Amino acid sequence: MFGKRNSLYGPVDPAPETGYVDAPARKGFFTDTSICIGCKACEVACKEWNDVPGEGFDQLGLSYDNTGSLNANSWRHVAFIEQPRKAAEEKAPPVELGMPALRPDGVGATDVGGAGGSDGAEAMDFRWLMSSDVCKHCTHAACLDVCPTGSLFRTEFGTVVVQDDICNGCGYCVPACPFGVIERRKGPQGSKNVGIAQKCTLCYDRLTVGETPSCAKACPTESIQFGDVEELRERAQRRVEDLHGRGVMDARLYGNDPDDGVGGTGAFFLLLDEPEVYGFPPDPVVTTADLPRMFNRATTAGVALLAGAVAAFVGSRR
Amino acid sequence: MAEAHPVGFQWVMEAKSRGAKVIHVDPRFTRTSAHADTFVPLRVGTDIAFLGGVINYVLQNELDFREYVVAYTNAPTIVSEQFRDTDDLDGLFSGFDPETRTYETASWQYDSQENDGAQREDHEMQRETASALQHETHGLSIDSEVRRDETLQHPNCVYQVLKRHFARYTPEMVALTCGVSEEDFLEVCKAWTENSGRERTTALVYSVGWTQHSVGVQYIRTGAILQLLLGNLGRPGGGIMALRGHASIQGSTDIPTLFNILPGYLPMPNAEQHTTLQEWVDAVRHPGAKGFWANAGAYGVNLLKAYWGDAATSENDFCFDYVPKITGDHGTYRTVLDMIDGKVKGYFLLGQNPAVGSAHGRAQRLGMANLDWLVVRDLFEIESATFWKNSPEVETGEIVPEECRTEVFLMPAASHVEKEGTFTQTQRVLQWREKAVEPPGDCRSELWFFYHLGRMVRERLAASTEEKDRPIQDLAWDYPVHGEHDEPSADAVLREINGYEIATGRPLSLFTEMKDDGSTLGGCWIYTGVYKDGVNQAARRKSRHEQDYVAAEWGWAWPANRRILYNRASADPDGKPWSDRKAYIWWDPDAGESGEWTGQDVPDFERTKPPSYRPPEGADGVAGIAGDDPFIMQGDGKGSLYVPQGLIDGPLPTHYEPVESPFRNPLYGQQANPTRKEYERDENRMNPSPPEEHSEVFPYVFTTSRLTEHHTAGGMSRYVEHLAELQPEMFVEVSPALAAQVGLEHNGWCHVVTARSAVEGRVHITDRLRPLRVEGRTVHQVWLPYHWGSGGIVTGDSANDLFGISLDPNVLIQESKVGTCDVRPGRRPRGQAMRDLVADHSARAGVASGAYPLVVTTGPGAASGGKSDGDPTPDPSSGETT
Amino acid sequence: MSRSFLGWPVLRQLRGSDPLGRGPAVRSKATESLAPRTATADRVARSVCPYCAVGCGQRVFVKDEKVVQIEGDQDSPISRGRLCPKGSASKNLVTSDLRQTTVRYRRPYGTEWEDLDLPTAMEMIADRLVKARNDTWQELDEKDRRVRRTLGVASLGGATLDNEENYLIKKLFTAMGAIQIENQARI
Repeated sequence: MFGKRNSLYGPVDPAPETGYVDAPARKGFFTDTSICIGCKACEVACKEWNDVPGEGFDQLGLSYDNTGSLNANSWRHVAFIEQPRKAAEEKAPPVELGMPALRPDGVGATDVGGAGGSDGAEAMDFRWLMSSDVCKHCTHAACLDVCPTGSLFRTEFGTVVVQDDICNGCGYCVPACPFGVIERRKGPQGSKNVGIAQKCTLCYDRLTVGETPSCAKACPTESIQFGDVEELRERAQRRVEDLHGRGVMDARLYGNDPDDGVGGTGAFFLLLDEPEVYGFPPDPVVTTADLPRMFNRATTAGVALLAGAVAAFVGSRR
Repeated sequence: MAEAHPVGFQWVMEAKSRGAKVIHVDPRFTRTSAHADTFVPLRVGTDIAFLGGVINYVLQNELDFREYVVAYTNAPTIVSEQFRDTDDLDGLFSGFDPETRTYETASWQYDSQENDGAQREDHEMQRETASALQHETHGLSIDSEVRRDETLQHPNCVYQVLKRHFARYTPEMVALTCGVSEEDFLEVCKAWTENSGRERTTALVYSVGWTQHSVGVQYIRTGAILQLLLGNLGRPGGGIMALRGHASIQGSTDIPTLFNILPGYLPMPNAEQHTTLQEWVDAVRHPGAKGFWANAGAYGVNLLKAYWGDAATSENDFCFDYVPKITGDHGTYRTVLDMIDGKVKGYFLLGQNPAVGSAHGRAQRLGMANLDWLVVRDLFEIESATFWKNSPEVETGEIVPEECRTEVFLMPAASHVEKEGTFTQTQRVLQWREKAVEPPGDCRSELWFFYHLGRMVRERLAASTEEKDRPIQDLAWDYPVHGEHDEPSADAVLREINGYEIATGRPLSLFTEMKDDGSTLGGCWIYTGVYKDGVNQAARRKSRHEQDYVAAEWGWAWPANRRILYNRASADPDGKPWSDRKAYIWWDPDAGESGEWTGQDVPDFERTKPPSYRPPEGADGVAGIAGDDPFIMQGDGKGSLYVPQGLIDGPLPTHYEPVESPFRNPLYGQQANPTRKEYERDENRMNPSPPEEHSEVFPYVFTTSRLTEHHTAGGMSRYVEHLAELQPEMFVEVSPALAAQVGLEHNGWCHVVTARSAVEGRVHITDRLRPLRVEGRTVHQVWLPYHWGSGGIVTGDSANDLFGISLDPNVLIQESKVGTCDVRPGRRPRGQAMRDLVADHSARAGVASGAYPLVVTTGPGAASGGKSDGDPTPDPSSGETT
Repeated sequence: MSRSFLGWPVLRQLRGSDPLGRGPAVRSKATESLAPRTATADRVARSVCPYCAVGCGQRVFVKDEKVVQIEGDQDSPISRGRLCPKGSASKNLVTSDLRQTTVRYRRPYGTEWEDLDLPTAMEMIADRLVKARNDTWQELDEKDRRVRRTLGVASLGGATLDNEENYLIKKLFTAMGAIQIENQARI
């Protein structure tokens, strides 16, 4: 009955693995942050298409990021990281100008003490990183594995989607996600699906008719690329090599490796610094890696319950 | 560009992926800088010094595209011996009159044309009517024959004049003035010149912050000189493009809602010089000059026929007399000051929010509070509709609702999907929009509003026997209407704009079909062809996948669906492409009967005029254009490196300091633009600059611009939840060094003070702003977005409240991209305390008691042009004119 | 009956290829009937973004006479189907609850808005326009030059409007002798 012992970890093609026959090629995003211009068209296009309500009107002080993180009301999130260039640091120790740099997590620019003797009018090498984050649509998605209602499911495109009409808001998926993506919608009052787990669907409805997800469609610079995961992985690899060839040695991929802790992600990234700098966990592991063992035991109980339920159902129809 | 035009920026990113080097020169590190290979921060307001330095680099190293320059520009043309440059006169050109602060321009003319030019120039009137720049579109008023030295050796040829003029813009001077390193500057020079010439072209793209300076026109002139010298005009991948900021701001200039022009850049007639149709036409067509303006009579008559239909006949000068006459400055800032003075009764605001978007917001709001009535047409309840109840002046007690008499009508407008019509985008392409849905409730299009308002006005005046009502009674105003609300037909209006043969109704295909005998009519000659063959060409939507990169079948570009202007310059004088790589338009001797211009675009040249054509002696107009004169709208057929006419502030760009600057002009004794338009009034105090005292009261330089997430005055973004949440609060960007100096806390509050007002915002401490070394000392620059006001989902102070009104003399556009300020920690005071704060700063700066800073700071005018006490820029309508 | 019984998720799960109940077995009714608004729209209008002057192509999807989606036009050689955040927010712009859909009127010295019906507002504006023109008419200026104009009526705006609209605005105001007609291009 549960022949595929390895289906909760390791490299697999998730849709056929889940039981889809003749599944189309797995779909995903390759987000090339090296060409992201931080315009946030993805955030807006996503909200417009998916009818996602506003998240609030707070000035966060995190560079130009006033969204803060992925959450139930932000399915795309553009991070802004202001940092002095590493290369500059290596070239020569920077003069102490009393200029605080933002820490990698984007906070901490408030320390303005110790201006020293400098009037600050020196050149300073600097860069401003931008990156649009999204649900990773993991090959092994813990949110889906722990969902007790069957609300979270794997689509024929290999993506992971919440079914709003099934979800009962239990919230098991929330701590299960190694990326902190999925969340129950807390508000605002009157908006739809309050209390229900919410996250990127990779525009499942659009995929069913062969359309591009709205964020990728809007993206002015093609920083967000949509397509077959296999092809995107090759493209990403070529892009990294191209950037290395141009001397951008910081370029690296994140989430593209099928042997990583989540079996590779359907949405993966080209980064110009360590993942932590962008707020990504450096080595994500599916929180249900041990589940098969646990699951076998649960099955016995489950079958018994099922038998009872069938009897009750058949009985009630009489 | 990435900030304000992200989708346009895709082309920069694509070029970069193909190996292009991106250099970004900007006072602050923006989203564009983040993707530039080189970022060069410079001091705000020093662009002429910077670009002048590049020009000097080109000339000193003889890196100009010599064949192009000799053949296609006025570099060889000999300038009058009487001409004296800013080099000789400490920042002034010859002919300066310190009393009127304008130039007498005989000495600026080409050799032997001194007197012709002088008779045609009246700078006072030109400044007041913003008409100087009409020469840019109408061509120079010069004789088609000019003296030239094609060896470029004559000491008075334009090339040598240029070389001398820019000689002092050395890399050292650029570094000193702009605060950039010589190394960065030279990198820009090398990149620009190495990427120009026969095989390569460089595009200059600017956003219209360039226009918002007291020397804005000269900024753009500097760019034009450089692009001409490098052979980058009229060629693919070259050019100068303004990235404009509103969906149809190009269209609203072509078919203007502007005081000084009529459709197709025909001038509004002025009462002094254009009293008859003939005088008006001659002022445009410049008898004796070359080019297509020679047919101005037809363009003018067709417009008058479109306006007054059957009533316009050759016997009555086609109702030319019905056109009201201008006599001076009737620009928006003059008008607002007139509102404060009670001279204006009624005001229409049409999708425009001057309470937030115009310079000196307080003056804007005080003006609106002193009208009889105000009509605001907008999608939302914007600040310009609510100034009487929640403006900053209500807070300070300067506007008391119970005492404010202005009657306000807020009329809901239809959105872009609720009406059909054309926008003209920034590359002159008209695109027709289909109507998607009916507007909700009482929302209506402007087309509906103005058609029916006109109909109702005509009904009211139908029985009038007064002569002044004839222009309204005779107006051609019978547009077909349709639908439940009697919506007028935009299609019918577009047909009238295009023009047609009156007898048959046949749409004209090109403006050359326009007749000056009244047998055709057309509302905007440059748009003729948009209804070519009876087809709405602007509605064409042939996919980019089905045509080449020029995409000539997507929409329609004026004029004549031409995508690159002056594209004759993409071929050499003999008509051959400069290079295979840059082939665009060329002469094909085997085409047609005896050769034709052909290529990827519509040739901007008479199709069958061969490169070898030379005009017969005495020819002018179109016949006067030689086969190698690509600049067919210019009076000499050449690109103007030097401009003998048409600019109020000089024939060549000169670095002047911004009106408000902490620095003395390092290049000349003349501090700022001496010809700028000033309104010396108590509510329009300017911060002092050297050589005046007390400039240290406002020690910092500030500039403003847009954020990607918002749109201009916020009327279409602060009211939209999905945008408002992305940038929810007004903020002020400062460097860590300035924050330390002033004592500011990240994400805390600060306020910025000028002699006009104070605004507050959250503090954003960032390395993206860095102090610069200028003239041996440090200057701190502060940046503010200008999108906020008191309305909408997210509210905040308006940065434009900080600016005074000081205008470029050529176009009467305000200097609102640079000023000086003070920065203080914490929130600004409220109520009367707010005015006290501003008054205290003004008093300490010595500008509180009506004193107005010196304008002329060198020469004999420096004494007489000193501090005045409220005398405005001389107005020719009340003075003597010639 | 048997169909619905056999379609019961748990039985689908046990019968089918998705024994863990993570894919085809758990697809809900809503999921099965999912269709994008772009596919179910009644019609699509070809439009242009109303924000900046780049002129990005937009497609406006309409269902039951309501705008249900606005997205980039792939065919446009200018924008290639892409939109910035503002262009992407166009549906939010045109369908916003904050849109003003009725006339608001503030009488002189008033402290609050009042309601006014559209025809009355139009009559009142026409009356005021004619009166302001009459009251401030100048046949000659102070130097006896023929000017035939009014300096009592001004207008600002046009850069966000259609060419056809600007054309009528300039035509009407010129015929009325109003010359202080300006727009963002001066700013």
